[in-house]
Amino acid sequence: MTETVRRRILSTACIIGFFVAWELLCLLFHVSDFVLPRPSQVLATLWTRFPAIWPHALQTLTTTLVGFGLGIVIGILLGALIGSSKLAYDVAYPLLVGFSSIPKVAVVPIFVLWFGSGTVPAVLTAMIMCIFPIVVNVATGLAATEPELQDVMRTLRATKFEILWNVGLPRTMPYFFASLKVAATLAFVGTVISETVASNRGIGNLMMIASSSFDVPLVFAGLFILAALGVGLYAIFSLIESRVTGWAVRSDSFAAGG
Amino acid sequence: MNVVPQLAARTEPAIKLEKVGVSFGAGAHEVTALAETSLRVGYGEFVALVGPSGCGKSTILKLVAGTLTASRGYVFVAGREIGANQVRIGMAFQNPTLLPWLNIRDNIMLPLKIVPPFKRSFAQKRRTEYLDRVEASLAQVGLAGFGDKFPWQLSGGMQQRASLCRALIHDPTLLLLDEPFGALDQFTREELWEIMQTLWIDKRPTVLLVTHDLKEAAYLASRICVMQARPGRIVDDSPVPFARPRTIDVSFAPDFVALTQRLRERIVAARAVRETAS
Repeated sequence: MTETVRRRILSTACIIGFFVAWELLCLLFHVSDFVLPRPSQVLATLWTRFPAIWPHALQTLTTTLVGFGLGIVIGILLGALIGSSKLAYDVAYPLLVGFSSIPKVAVVPIFVLWFGSGTVPAVLTAMIMCIFPIVVNVATGLAATEPELQDVMRTLRATKFEILWNVGLPRTMPYFFASLKVAATLAFVGTVISETVASNRGIGNLMMIASSSFDVPLVFAGLFILAALGVGLYAIFSLIESRVTGWAVRSDSFAAGG
Repeated sequence: MNVVPQLAARTEPAIKLEKVGVSFGAGAHEVTALAETSLRVGYGEFVALVGPSGCGKSTILKLVAGTLTASRGYVFVAGREIGANQVRIGMAFQNPTLLPWLNIRDNIMLPLKIVPPFKRSFAQKRRTEYLDRVEASLAQVGLAGFGDKFPWQLSGGMQQRASLCRALIHDPTLLLLDEPFGALDQFTREELWEIMQTLWIDKRPTVLLVTHDLKEAAYLASRICVMQARPGRIVDDSPVPFARPRTIDVSFAPDFVALTQRLRERIVAARAVRETAS
């Protein structure tokens, strides 16, 4: 108990220390806030201009969550398909790898062409950013399912779907949640990319406008908001993960027992 | 509940292997896991398959379980070709193979969720009738009160007991045991033999047990088939006449020792044949 408390205090102190060091170094070397604003200036900007910032933050958050949600649904479906069918694996994998190698910035203009600028291309960009890690992890998890566990189901004359539902998917959960933590942060990247290129709302757009008018503290305020949202979403999924896949932490004793 | 199979018992054996063979690979790399083998097991019989490793014991079990398809010949279970029937099969493996994300209770309940006719009313009965069923079976193997635990919280022996519960929870007419006691210490093993025998006398399923422990085979089975390796085939088929319920003391009786001794010699002879051949 005291050990964990000490670890918490130490890590919190280090994180606060990072921002304090940033503040002090900026003061010490007289760094202009056009180049690098001090954390205190950023916080002040956040505080004074909050009424102007928060609609953008809300826009970015909802866009990201919708894109993330769509990405999860499509990712699981694709991953389940690829993980359970050899043919689907052979067909879809090269396509997926090729698709994920495309810089997503290059895709935004196409979405804008199809759906106009605004929220829709941002949702779609967030979605395609997070599909790849989810698909790969779900497919890997299914492929890693122990054949012995499948044999248990097969002797019970379980259907393919029953095996997938009762053994494949639960077995895949640790992989799935690992990918969600990556995907959640990637979804923010996707949203902001699209907002920067083609939108008049959202944190991406706010930062674009702020930087074109050399309002550097506001740019950093946008970055802080994004970072905070990302950390928040990551923390939520870590929490769900520890609830749902607590058994996997014991995987070493599972291996020993069978 | 078991009316239909018992009626069928008058005409067909529970398990019938007819000139079954299994090979892996093709051409020059072909390996024969099981040479042409025929075997009949009657309803309610307890048959043990013994022999050295690689003799095809587990292959026969997988054929009957339906997780492996024969290269040649036919496998009949309850008078119908494997795959075409609705026979309830319970199986316990050498490893407990419990699902790590479910607690012991839900692990044992798994067959009730999958196997007809239980699956039809699983949603309604999982909290009432089926729960009582699971608790009763846990008590039978000495695991009462452990339903909430997860597999990793239990010792290997306890996990294996839970796995036996899972194999039996849906009243299988056919029970397949693939060395389920092999990885346990001597005392736990003997305790589980006793439990297994009680369960068998109680419900009288048809049992096919794979083991390399002759004492285990002679204690539990009503018939022992000795197998030989490369190619795998059955070389001896003897009844075990001792009265039930058998106790561990029986295993020290002269008849019992003589039987295991004879089987041992049979296996050693089979191994010798193999060595001169190869």
